[in-house]
Amino acid sequence: MPEVLKAPLVVEFPFTRSVGPVQSAFLTGLRERVVLGVRTRDGRTLVPPVEYDPVTAEEIRDLVEVAPTGAVTTWAWNHEPRRGQPLDTPFAWVLVRLDGADTALLHALDAPGPDAVRTGMRVRVRWAGERHGSITDIACFEPYDDAADHTAVDEPTAHDGQFENTIDGIVAPARLDYTYSPGRAQTAYIEALSERRTVGERCPSCRKVYVPPRGACPTCGVATYEQVEVGPRGTVTTYCIVNIKAKNLDIEVPYVYAHIALDGADLALHGRIAGIPYDQVRMGLRVEPVWTKGARHPDHYRPTGEPDAEYDTYKELL
Amino acid sequence: MTREIAVVAFAQTDHRRTSEELSEVEMLMPVLHDVLDQTGLKTADIGFTCSGSSDYLAGRAFSFTLALDGVGAWPPISESHVEMDGAWALYEAWTKLLTGDADTALVYSYGKSSPGSVRDVLTRQLDPYYVAPLWPDSIALAALQAQALIDEGATDEPALAAVATRNRAAAATNSHAQLRGSVPQGEYAVRPLRIGDCPPVGDGAAAVILAAGERARELCARPAWIRGIDHRIEAHGLGVRDLTDSPSARLAAEKAGAFDRPVDTAELHAPFTPQEVVLRRALRLDDSVRVNPSGGALAANPMMAAGLIRIGEAAAGIHRSESDRALAHATSGPCLQQNLIAVLEGDPR
Repeated sequence: MPEVLKAPLVVEFPFTRSVGPVQSAFLTGLRERVVLGVRTRDGRTLVPPVEYDPVTAEEIRDLVEVAPTGAVTTWAWNHEPRRGQPLDTPFAWVLVRLDGADTALLHALDAPGPDAVRTGMRVRVRWAGERHGSITDIACFEPYDDAADHTAVDEPTAHDGQFENTIDGIVAPARLDYTYSPGRAQTAYIEALSERRTVGERCPSCRKVYVPPRGACPTCGVATYEQVEVGPRGTVTTYCIVNIKAKNLDIEVPYVYAHIALDGADLALHGRIAGIPYDQVRMGLRVEPVWTKGARHPDHYRPTGEPDAEYDTYKELL
Repeated sequence: MTREIAVVAFAQTDHRRTSEELSEVEMLMPVLHDVLDQTGLKTADIGFTCSGSSDYLAGRAFSFTLALDGVGAWPPISESHVEMDGAWALYEAWTKLLTGDADTALVYSYGKSSPGSVRDVLTRQLDPYYVAPLWPDSIALAALQAQALIDEGATDEPALAAVATRNRAAAATNSHAQLRGSVPQGEYAVRPLRIGDCPPVGDGAAAVILAAGERARELCARPAWIRGIDHRIEAHGLGVRDLTDSPSARLAAEKAGAFDRPVDTAELHAPFTPQEVVLRRALRLDDSVRVNPSGGALAANPMMAAGLIRIGEAAAGIHRSESDRALAHATSGPCLQQNLIAVLEGDPR
């Protein structure tokens, strides 16, 4: 078996999410250094606040301001912070019940070490320098000595949730890193392509040859192992004319993109057709691959000059 | 319940740290063939097929459609998929059989954690407004639950280590398990959890065949009848929940009939040691119950399959007449957020 092929794969996109009225007030409040909670009908104060009561599913809208101070309800020491986490030095994950709240908020606590953290300890919000209306407007929590500060507000006070320029959504970037490996069948296919050969696999049951192979026959549900070299020539089974230029693609429009059944294959693959005016491409056209230097797959296919294939020879491969 | 439905076959891969030489369908196919061979069924004989997987694990979009190649899904079969553990795919298949639309079902699930970093991948299932932007990884959240239990006096670090030791000792006789026998507790991963309190990260797949009524008796000498199955979920806010308890697991167990009579065996899907502490209490499992004879998720935790494997292991114990009444549990989400309970029984011996 050839060496397993691997390549880095980064999946990264920003999620743009709209927020409800309670979330909007809470996140805008953080930007203004105000922590808001929401009251349930039975008098509990939820921080962070949600749009619906988690017990009764009732819509809840009564906002209150709670203190930026509170107590740790549970914690865990994170000695190796990971990408994206609130602090890049060792810290404690904490659930904090803010003064005036009945539920706890997850965040980070900046503390010198695990010996400095305990359940029940007093903490306060450390605000981020730049705030945009996000949970990360709280940079983290920090230990807090009540005795030195008598200005703390314990009872939640009603708040109308009104701020200037309330936010109506968040953009949450997400990035995950992978090491992609294509598996046995596709590895063999890619290896052969590097020698400018196209190798499919034959189903031991129905005898169809799949190109590119995926390791299994989708009709029979069995593994395909027998390798079969196909092509290099093939037949256009169907095609379309592309009139819109793709971003970052240096191909003049219009051009033809086609299904091509390579000789010996029972499945058509896709390819661009060139070397012929776009309006002369037709079903049954015989084509061959054109490789460019250093390429890992054919750049495009061009006419061989042979007579067109009879429809009956490719009608099952459309 | 109008129809009796049973697990009649179960198969799983050997679970390994990596299966990079195989695509997902290549990894999955042997277990599909295994359960079909056990029953003598062919794809065409299966009334309904349901699978569970997540594209985020390996970063491969629509991987579940490619996995269908291994079933032989052409011409089109009656098929469905859940972006959840296969235990929930089994639940869907069970309801399908209850309707009478099908007499047999193939349920499978698979997960390849090796291409990515599962600790980070799982952050993407969290509340996207208040939690996910902080990237709290799966071990960190389990550690918060562990500390809450320690503060309550329900457990301590040596007791958690004993949970890990017992599961992996049981796994010594499970050739499919990834961590077997004596495994050191190691350093803190996220304190108070040590490496040994956490499940191994690995790749694997599992499959089950369900059959209704007489069809089940034809296909299996001692079918594992599903006497009850139910799943429940808790509030998504971690700070709203009491992390030392699992009311959703208890309610699901009650609805599934788990408390009607004692079970002799329980397969718990507790990837982290403190979760077994929570579940034993919530499900009222005393020392008379054999818990995780397979080694559980601490011995092998292929994402999206480890819950289905709990049902499969519980059923296989009944098939082998080692068990007469078993509880199987599957979980999903952080800190046992969502829980499924199935109660399985064999015919009297």
